[in-house]
Amino acid sequence: MAGLGIEREMLVEAPMEVVWRTITEPDQISQWFADRVELVVEPGAHGYMQFGDQGGPVVVETVDPPTRFSFRWNHAPGEDPVAGNSMLVEFTLVPEGQERTRLRVVESGHELLAWPDAEKQRYADEHRGGWAEFLDRLASVLAKR
Amino acid sequence: MTAQTDDELWSAIADPSRRRVLDLLVSNGEVSASWLAGRVPFSRQAVSKHLVVLEQAGLISRRKQGREVVYQVEADRLDQATRAMAELAAQWDRRLRTIKRLAEAAHAEAKKKRRG
Repeated sequence: MAGLGIEREMLVEAPMEVVWRTITEPDQISQWFADRVELVVEPGAHGYMQFGDQGGPVVVETVDPPTRFSFRWNHAPGEDPVAGNSMLVEFTLVPEGQERTRLRVVESGHELLAWPDAEKQRYADEHRGGWAEFLDRLASVLAKR
Repeated sequence: MTAQTDDELWSAIADPSRRRVLDLLVSNGEVSASWLAGRVPFSRQAVSKHLVVLEQAGLISRRKQGREVVYQVEADRLDQATRAMAELAAQWDRRLRTIKRLAEAAHAEAKKKRRG
């Protein structure tokens, strides 16, 4: 998945289990993501998140405690979220010693995930930095004109 | 930016072949579809399709130059796309910072309890 979407990282001074609870428990999610969260953390579970006066369905994809958690969101209500109509948010936790966790998030979307694997690989090889870097580069070229 | 235009932008830029076309347009200014087709490893037909998608997303525009149609990037739109992506990244940075704060506070609290 390298370079296929928005990718960010943070070093947290807490053990993986604590970070895991922070990213998966609904009353915690409502503090860093949506305003209101109805979610059962099980693969395939359908939930709901409210952002201000807008809300939408969420579907849990991967639950692999305490290392991987992913869900799909931002798809049209009534439609099943699949590659091509939704955004996938993937969290990965990597321990760095006993009391420190590297937390990585990748948000990728829409057409990206429907690509054949060969194409994904080529993309990843060609554009390690992802779109943000690609766009930055285009923008700097444009600025010079 | 509305969700609709966001979607179009996202899709337009997501395809590596289209990015190559966009890249060539950025570096070379106004060029024709056949000029582009001579510089990419895919067919002239594929180039035309990519140009249509990029144009629909507002990233490029076309104009007639003599008997030829030439394409050029829309700098404002591209700039908008750049900012949209940067905003998305910044949003995640903010969320990660909150997660860090919450987890570290919970961890400190648990340690205090264990000690107390």
